[in-house]
Amino acid sequence: MTIHDRAGETDQTLAVSESGGGSSRAPGRPTQEVVFPTGEQYFDLVAGYRDSGFEMCADVCGVDYLAHPGRRLPEGVTPERFEVVANLLSLSQARRVRVRLQVPEANAVAPSLFDLYPGVEAMEREAYDLFGIVFTGHPDMTRILMPEDWEGHPLRKDYGVGRVPVQFKGSPGPR
Amino acid sequence: MSDAKTTAAAGDGDALGGVVHPDSAVSPPASGGDELTPGPDGEPKGLVAETSEGSQQLFRRSDTDPDQLRREVGAVLRLPEGVAVDPSDIDIEQSDDETMIINMGPQHPSTHGVLRLMFELDGETVLRTKPVIGYLHTGMEKTAEELTYVQGSTNVTRMDYLSPLHNELVLSLAVEALLGIEMPPRSDWIRMLMTELNRVSSHLMWMATNGMDIGSTSMMIYGFREREMILAFFEKTTGLRMNHNFIRPGGTAADLPDGWEDDVTIICDTVLPRADEYDELLTGQPVFRQRSEGIGTLSAEEALALSLTGPILRSTGVPWDLRRSMPYLRYDEVDFDVIVGTYGDNFDRYSIRLNEIRESVKIIRQCVEKMPAGDYRVQDKKVTPPPRGRIDESMEALIHHFKVFTEGFKVPEGEVYVAIESPRGELGCYLVADGSPKPYRMHIRGPSFVNLQGVPLMMRGGLLADAVAVCSSIDPVMGEVDR
Repeated sequence: MTIHDRAGETDQTLAVSESGGGSSRAPGRPTQEVVFPTGEQYFDLVAGYRDSGFEMCADVCGVDYLAHPGRRLPEGVTPERFEVVANLLSLSQARRVRVRLQVPEANAVAPSLFDLYPGVEAMEREAYDLFGIVFTGHPDMTRILMPEDWEGHPLRKDYGVGRVPVQFKGSPGPR
Repeated sequence: MSDAKTTAAAGDGDALGGVVHPDSAVSPPASGGDELTPGPDGEPKGLVAETSEGSQQLFRRSDTDPDQLRREVGAVLRLPEGVAVDPSDIDIEQSDDETMIINMGPQHPSTHGVLRLMFELDGETVLRTKPVIGYLHTGMEKTAEELTYVQGSTNVTRMDYLSPLHNELVLSLAVEALLGIEMPPRSDWIRMLMTELNRVSSHLMWMATNGMDIGSTSMMIYGFREREMILAFFEKTTGLRMNHNFIRPGGTAADLPDGWEDDVTIICDTVLPRADEYDELLTGQPVFRQRSEGIGTLSAEEALALSLTGPILRSTGVPWDLRRSMPYLRYDEVDFDVIVGTYGDNFDRYSIRLNEIRESVKIIRQCVEKMPAGDYRVQDKKVTPPPRGRIDESMEALIHHFKVFTEGFKVPEGEVYVAIESPRGELGCYLVADGSPKPYRMHIRGPSFVNLQGVPLMMRGGLLADAVAVCSSIDPVMGEVDR
């Protein structure tokens, strides 16, 4: 069962297709339509959207919810550590849909949307590179931003920021 | 001739740098899904021990498995085979002796930064291309998680350094959407004025570098000359020529300076006739036309499939401009045209950018005309620090001011995706807030990053000399690609 999030995010009205999408739009305040599929539904759901006029996948990114476990999700969605967020765009309807897929930490694998939208190639590689989420069906699951011999996935919350110690001139220094 | 080249390449591949020796340390990417299936401990096998699952490099035909080769030949952007190319057209057996793999960049003046391109060439014809990026990756999305929302715009402004105000705007719009605050009209109009000026300066910079790339060096000087006027106005308004940190969550850092109308009008009055001059200089010039017409063509289907946006998408005839289609700020109250091309080639992209300068000038004039009086930032004490004058009078105001800049303000939990039309295409910001003063996750959808996926398709079958022109017509800003 796919879950449409009808609850307002902050004070935004969510335009859901069945209700005709008649929400008011304040300038700079886009309407947000969010869908939460399960792992099995994800690919078919996006395929359905593509066939119903969503010509472009504008963005795919990962989110690591390790440090924020109690986030607000609609009933029936089990929160997992990772999320893959795909932003679909329909040019003909001037409408966006955000698909949020829960990806468990123990099995950080998500289906690739490459066969539907070839343009996700670089974006999924970026999500893999920075979060370690593996996209099955992706033709070239390699690092894209980090060096190829890099260890770890930097945008994970348990990956340290890293600091360079600064020695100020004239400071007493460690004793 | 190519024989001799390849032999030389095999002999001292390292010395040539770009030529990949089959026995070099980097091995071709492993194919098949076996390595990617997770092991019992949940971590996909080999992920921790050996993160080098493959290389971004282009390999010789004999070292590339047929599936991969088909994808790369069919445009490395890897359209599903059926769409991209008829698999039977590809000569998989083509001997390695006839083609050679050559490397361009990352330190090449025509790559507009540190972009590395690998080509497979047959004589002068480009068969395959692979862009390799990441040389400028500085982890800005990770940095953003360490900075408060107030500090955030100093960070994002450095991403696309040719249109810094657009970066600041998209972050500010995202934060304001999460805060749910209504912005005063004057701040919207100031933002529109500034970002449109920024679009003009960015397109001028593009005209300049594009001219240089295809041998029109006078265009380069002209473009920089006009851009300098706009940067001087930015310096007057924001204090800095670039990386302004001017548009902030809750409004802008300052009001427009006295006499700004005159400055902006002078800019408009100068840029418009100069744009006509460029038109005359380039559009009618046979050399320029021959070097751009029919080069790097793309169809609308391909552009959509590859998520390309901005002038590249519009050059294929798709009238998609977020300012018109999904208006933000007050773009629904101004009159301008969306410029659309027909053939999707370099010349169309040039014409679109040239005419967008004229359209932006149109919008800027309307901003001058319609600029309302009022606050330039929202009068919400939670978000906006007290004005300087109050700090001298009131201890509370001083404390408040200090707290806004040290601790920042809290943003309610939620997530939002906001997109605006930057000079390069759809600039998106996906912001996740957890109720603290720092973003939980900030993701920027950089248009250049996505648009680079068009490179292999646009260059396929073209000449090596045109590769520079194609790369230039995409207008990538590497700071935004690698973030």
